[in-house]
Amino acid sequence: MKIVVTVKLVPDPNAEKKIDPTTKRLVRAGVETVLNPYDEYALEAALQLKERVGGDSTVTVFTMGPEALKETLRKALAMGADAAVMLSDAALEGSDVWATAHAMAAGLKKVGFDLLLVGGLTDDGSTGVVPGALAEHLGLALVTNARKIEVGSGSLAIERETDTGYQQVNVGLPAVLTTALTFGEPRYASLKGIMGAKKKPIEVLALADLGLGEAAGGAGSKTELLSFAPPPARGKGQVVEAADGASGAHAIFEFLRAKKLV
Amino acid sequence: MNAAMVGAPDARDFLGIEALLGEEERMIRGVVRDWVRGRVLPEIAQWFERGILPRELAAEIGGLGLFGMHLHGYGCAGTSATAYGVACMELEAGDAGIRSLVSVQGSLAMYAIYRWGSEEQKQAWLPAMARGEAIGCFGLTEPDFGSNPAGMRTTARRVGSDWAIDGTKMWITNGSIAAIAVVWAQTDAGIRGFLVPTTTKGFRAHDIERKLSLRASVTSELILDDCRVPADAVLPEARGLGGPLACLNEARFGIVWGAMGSARSCYETALEYATTRVQFDRPIAGFQLTQEKLVNMLLELNKGTLLAWHLGRMKDAGKLHGAHVSFGKLNNVRAALAIAREARTILGANGVTLEYPVIRHANNLESVLTYEGTSEMHTLILGKAITGLDAFG
Repeated sequence: MKIVVTVKLVPDPNAEKKIDPTTKRLVRAGVETVLNPYDEYALEAALQLKERVGGDSTVTVFTMGPEALKETLRKALAMGADAAVMLSDAALEGSDVWATAHAMAAGLKKVGFDLLLVGGLTDDGSTGVVPGALAEHLGLALVTNARKIEVGSGSLAIERETDTGYQQVNVGLPAVLTTALTFGEPRYASLKGIMGAKKKPIEVLALADLGLGEAAGGAGSKTELLSFAPPPARGKGQVVEAADGASGAHAIFEFLRAKKLV
Repeated sequence: MNAAMVGAPDARDFLGIEALLGEEERMIRGVVRDWVRGRVLPEIAQWFERGILPRELAAEIGGLGLFGMHLHGYGCAGTSATAYGVACMELEAGDAGIRSLVSVQGSLAMYAIYRWGSEEQKQAWLPAMARGEAIGCFGLTEPDFGSNPAGMRTTARRVGSDWAIDGTKMWITNGSIAAIAVVWAQTDAGIRGFLVPTTTKGFRAHDIERKLSLRASVTSELILDDCRVPADAVLPEARGLGGPLACLNEARFGIVWGAMGSARSCYETALEYATTRVQFDRPIAGFQLTQEKLVNMLLELNKGTLLAWHLGRMKDAGKLHGAHVSFGKLNNVRAALAIAREARTILGANGVTLEYPVIRHANNLESVLTYEGTSEMHTLILGKAITGLDAFG
């Protein structure tokens, strides 16, 4: 089975983020770039599937981003992916969701796959729309929030997590899946994996390799970012002073009851 | 370069040493740092307080590939020596006990087999040790022979084709959890090394209790009482004290880095504390006396880290002499201990609790100061190196 995992190279989620007011894009300078944490779960799912299916199964990671961030992609190879493909072209800068999915789908078609695993969300943009847009561009079924995947012949049996429990879904291959965070903690890259990652291939594709007719990047985008603002500062919390535990508990109970939470 | 274009230095990486990391070293550091942050830091105070080291850590560390990481083949990762140093620094930023587990396994036990063992011995032990399935210990020090191992009383004598080993080894890290002990003993042909499976009849190990330092580390006494091992248990390539000393130099190299990990943790804790702790209506970091302490720590931390880098590059270039390692160990452990003690004073009473890492590092460093060669011995090694005069004994 050829499994492809899309990964995004994002600024360290723990770092303070700034947006350049002119370009309206995240300032990446001085901030470490990491694999989007949600994508690490998708990669973990892919690696587990590969181990289970065995044979000549492979895991390829696919990303769209500046070639300067290639080093970060090696982490995915160090975790156990077999190969990486990077779609990198200055013309892709400023792509919105539509333009991103459009270009990625063309790249993914060129790479080819039986199963495409996508993280549910990116830590920087957080639109959560790209998995659906990819499936649409690829003309494939999308199953979101997979927490368990069983492999059948030419199809997958998936438990997908919902707010109240889980659904059992079967899907034929090829298909697009997003993984739930309950799938399992992403593995650490081993030192042997890190040493071996140097020898694994990273193929770089440009737009010209994809034969995309339409304009890409900002020019090919259908939405425009008009303005942005940092989230409002949180107000001060309410402090309950209580003489003892019982009266403190009562005060908390009254607070929750006033908000109709109990 | 226009000075105005240079950004203000980062308090946590003042000299921009970060930029010295190669891609591989950066990734290795990231993995070890993440593991320490996720697995060690949340629990280390409790392990230290209870005086335990969870057994399952060995398999986890083996899974990461940290044991014998700079050895080549036999299931080892084959990294640079500098990358090994970087890993030691991150491990000890967690705790010197965890770093000691890795140092003793990789640089003493595995290295002894790797450097002095037969091909059969390497095949038999190194892959399992790299995975953390078999833990090794290194028996050189004795109750009465610490800095002067040449006087050791442990003997190995021929009984038919076998060897019979008798003696006591003391302060042996990993002793009671080891599957294999590298034991150094006097023979008719001088000091030789032996691979003694710890299940061998006549081998016993019991833990040394009531330590107030390196509490999250197993320290044992080994007793060998007519302990019989076959002829092929001897390490064929090691003859004389040079055998164990070569291993010690490997481990000391890791300490040069590890000590700066402890120091970094203390400095960062003190800096954070000083900027948030308010006395006389302002953060104590705003007082001149506190600033002097922080700056002294900053100087020694960055100098020691640069020294570790330099020695790492020398080792990778095959140009590192034992006296260089003594230089690094003497300077960096001494500096780290001073930083830990200074950090302790900035934290006031909080500095003596396990709520903060400082007193734990300070206590650990008391052991690091004297194990793997006391600061006095390293001073004499350096004294001899520059004067040509031997002041030992």
